Amino acid sequence: MNQQGVRWTAEQVLALSPDVASRKAGSKLGTAGPWSGTGCGASGAVWGLCKGSGSRPYQTIVDIAGATGPAYKCSCPSRKFPCKHALGLLLLWSGDEAAVSDGEVPDWADEWLCGRRGRAARKEEGGASGGRSAKSADPEAARRRADRRAARITAGATELEQRLADVLRGGLAEAEQAGYGLWEETAARMVDAQAPGLASRVRELGAVPGSGPGWPVRLLEECALLHLLDRAWLDRARLPEPLAATVRTKVGLTSPPEAPAVRDDWLVLAQYDTSDGKITTRRIWLHGRGTGRTALLLSYGAAGRAPQLALPVGLTIDAELTPHAGARQLRADVGQRFGQPSPITAPPPGHTAAEGIAAYGAALSEDPWLDSWPCTLSGVVPIPGDDHWQLADADGRSALPVAAPVLSRTGLWRLAALSGGGPVTVFGELGHRGFTPLAAWSDGNAETVALTGE
Amino acid sequence: MTGTTRATDWEELVTSALLGTDRRTPPTTVLSPGVEAPVALLDMAAVHTVRRRAGLTPAPARPIPQPAPQDTRPPLPQPARQRLAQLLADRAVPGGAGGRRGTAPDLTELLPQWLAATNEKGYRAPASALPALLEAARARTDLRPAALRFAGPRGLWLAGLNSDWKFALRGAWGPATAGGPGGGAALPAPEDIAGVRKLWDEGLFAERVGVLTSVRAHDPAAALALLSETWSTERAEDRLMFLDALRTGLSDSDEPFLELALSDRSRNVRATAAELLSALPDSALAERMAERVISCVALDRSDGTATITVEAPHECDAAMQRDGVVPVPPSGRGERSWWLAQLVESAPLAIWQQRLGGRAPGEIVALPVADGWGDELHAGWCRAAVRQRDPEWSRALLGAPAAPPANGPGTSSLAERAKLLAALSERERADWVAAFISAHGLSEAFQLLGVCTVPWAGPLGRAVVDALDIARDAGSYPWSFSGVMGLAERCLDPGEAARLELLTATPDEAEGSSPGAGGYWSEAFQRLVSTLRLRAVMHAELATEG
Repeated sequence: MNQQGVRWTAEQVLALSPDVASRKAGSKLGTAGPWSGTGCGASGAVWGLCKGSGSRPYQTIVDIAGATGPAYKCSCPSRKFPCKHALGLLLLWSGDEAAVSDGEVPDWADEWLCGRRGRAARKEEGGASGGRSAKSADPEAARRRADRRAARITAGATELEQRLADVLRGGLAEAEQAGYGLWEETAARMVDAQAPGLASRVRELGAVPGSGPGWPVRLLEECALLHLLDRAWLDRARLPEPLAATVRTKVGLTSPPEAPAVRDDWLVLAQYDTSDGKITTRRIWLHGRGTGRTALLLSYGAAGRAPQLALPVGLTIDAELTPHAGARQLRADVGQRFGQPSPITAPPPGHTAAEGIAAYGAALSEDPWLDSWPCTLSGVVPIPGDDHWQLADADGRSALPVAAPVLSRTGLWRLAALSGGGPVTVFGELGHRGFTPLAAWSDGNAETVALTGE
Repeated sequence: MTGTTRATDWEELVTSALLGTDRRTPPTTVLSPGVEAPVALLDMAAVHTVRRRAGLTPAPARPIPQPAPQDTRPPLPQPARQRLAQLLADRAVPGGAGGRRGTAPDLTELLPQWLAATNEKGYRAPASALPALLEAARARTDLRPAALRFAGPRGLWLAGLNSDWKFALRGAWGPATAGGPGGGAALPAPEDIAGVRKLWDEGLFAERVGVLTSVRAHDPAAALALLSETWSTERAEDRLMFLDALRTGLSDSDEPFLELALSDRSRNVRATAAELLSALPDSALAERMAERVISCVALDRSDGTATITVEAPHECDAAMQRDGVVPVPPSGRGERSWWLAQLVESAPLAIWQQRLGGRAPGEIVALPVADGWGDELHAGWCRAAVRQRDPEWSRALLGAPAAPPANGPGTSSLAERAKLLAALSERERADWVAAFISAHGLSEAFQLLGVCTVPWAGPLGRAVVDALDIARDAGSYPWSFSGVMGLAERCLDPGEAARLELLTATPDEAEGSSPGAGGYWSEAFQRLVSTLRLRAVMHAELATEG
């Protein structure tokens, strides 16, 4: 430990990789060999010169303490972000204190760092005064735009209602034979109607018939919930405001982060990516040590590219979060960050299996479209099985099934290894499909073991 | 929407949804005036779905697994934990095979060394690393003993839950892990007489080999006693494996048992017993062999210079066969020379001094041999020296390292020379190989380097680096030396890194050298240096306090 605060683990660094190839290339550069002139500063910057194939070494700088997450600068021609040199440098920094030690920022790095910090500061000042007024310059025009979009969504929802009724009239069996194309086409109509939330739900319906035994029940459930969402949108004027806000988010209108910012020590519990082939969605779960709130950060990346936002799992960051509006809305945006991250000293307070499931039920009463709800279980024992894993309360009576399409088998085995047949604390998402474990802590050890990833 | 639905209502809803409301009207409880049937069905299904999800309760738990046994070893220091994650992660990333190796160290190649160093310090593996560790051991059998020892009892516990890791349970009985901390969770301690006895009497074959090996390592006599008791009832293949376990801690006190085994029904058992006995120069078998062979070899001084004359045996009698001499030669070899070779390699080396005029081994191997028997005789001595681990004879047979291999006294085979080297002290071995490399270069050195202690002693390391430097100046490509280069990355003393730095520069292309070779050499030396640096860091990390 030094004045830098805690160095990241290799796993935390590799989580920043934009793709597998960069991960591999970065690991190879994570040793002292190709590096010279490396150092790190109290301000949270790491720099170094990396020998490449040319005669001039690449100049690589990472600002790990940026207010909005790490930022990278490298003189190499790669368009990947971060490039393999930045990853290699961070790996070297994380693994070898002797190779990257405290030092004076060299001129070539200082210029970029100062410029960057300066911009960030100006932006913050600007954000406080000028930014908002610019946005609301013409409230009348904004309202007209919003009205037009609402009208298009209404048309879309009405059309979707019609299609759902047709499907039910002809039968789900018939719809299954019509295949994926039926739903794809409907989804495209919803995209046209500017209702991306409806579109993605419709697209998911197309996958249900191929999901194994019991699909008609699941398809009916999902059709019914989509119908419920259509009805709720069409009747939103009669809904209480928090529910109306939820409905707006669900159809795909972004609810702006408007609630006051919450500053807390946020435990970074999990980070994982899912992809629909076009867009990679990154979910980052946070738990506020002071407020006890759980928050979800979302970040998106275009096909094949990693989302920009990355936070190191297992560390605590002192930061401001701005929650989005809506009932049971966990989504938030991360704002200003303060100081250096420090390791998580204790897992979030946990619950029994029954309490966890009850919390999901309660959340459903305000957002019936919820697939799952974040939950920390304490004192649970993983029970491996060929197809069905369980997490049992320590008394061995009741248990939660582990969700079938769970992130990775390796993660589950890591959980079993950590438990060794004894109780552990597990954070994950709990819903009607079961529990998806994302991070775990063994008894008497504060180290966060990520269950996502390889 | 109405209030209550029952399970049967839900089933009816699903049925009419599946068939379509046009074919199967939903139950009347669902329908309401003024609402189309499909919409009414969806309304009711939504109510039901949300209610079901909101009312979920936990399931009954299946039996909880037995807790993993305690592992009392100290935890790995934090930096070393990170290193382990990195070493294992490199393995998990696919691709990268083939093509140029670049300047970065090959982490996969360092994993065995890291595991060996960790096990030597007796650290416990972090629980969260166990799955990746078991996966690594599954893919690479050479890693298994060290990986499983590091994984310890919790690793075995975990392996018992996943059929992909069955190999770990088998491995736990093998000799590689027995006796090490955490190895063989269910193997009784060698001093647990009752436990050992029980497993020996009732265990599976692999378990019995395991228990015998572990007892043998702990108390050779006790293992012999265990084996003697049940010997006559064991199956032939089993007897062979058990006999093999006696190689560990072989001593004169094993002789009576082995002598008995010379009359075994199985030819392989007999041969192994004879081989073991001949490694005991004081054994009766060795003495019998000495009597046989000594009459075949004589010193002739008739024309002024001393010459060895050989009269190979004329028959292979029953007594010889009982002592393990194989009567039928492999194709292409004469009977008599075949018998002679077996006698020479099984006879105690000490007899030759007396027989050949009180000469020392070095002088003996220098003597001329009449009638072309020299190669046969020297080859037999080589095998005897290896078997009896005789340093003086090994040294004599290896000859001067600078002498051309083909003219050496003993053998020109590198494999045999490597075995002879094993009988020498670490220091002498390294010096001999260093001198060999200085004289002959690297192209033949690979096998010899393999028997040297890691990290390589100073003179040896310098000889290797100098030879690489010379090869570079000669203009060849580095991949002609990729085997030695890879070995050097793993075996050179990390302290050499600074000296090597000079070689990482790309030299100007000299006339006549292979195009681009300079750049590739520079790359290869960069990788060598960075690997050495990394190894130094790895060892330092393991030395820090946890």
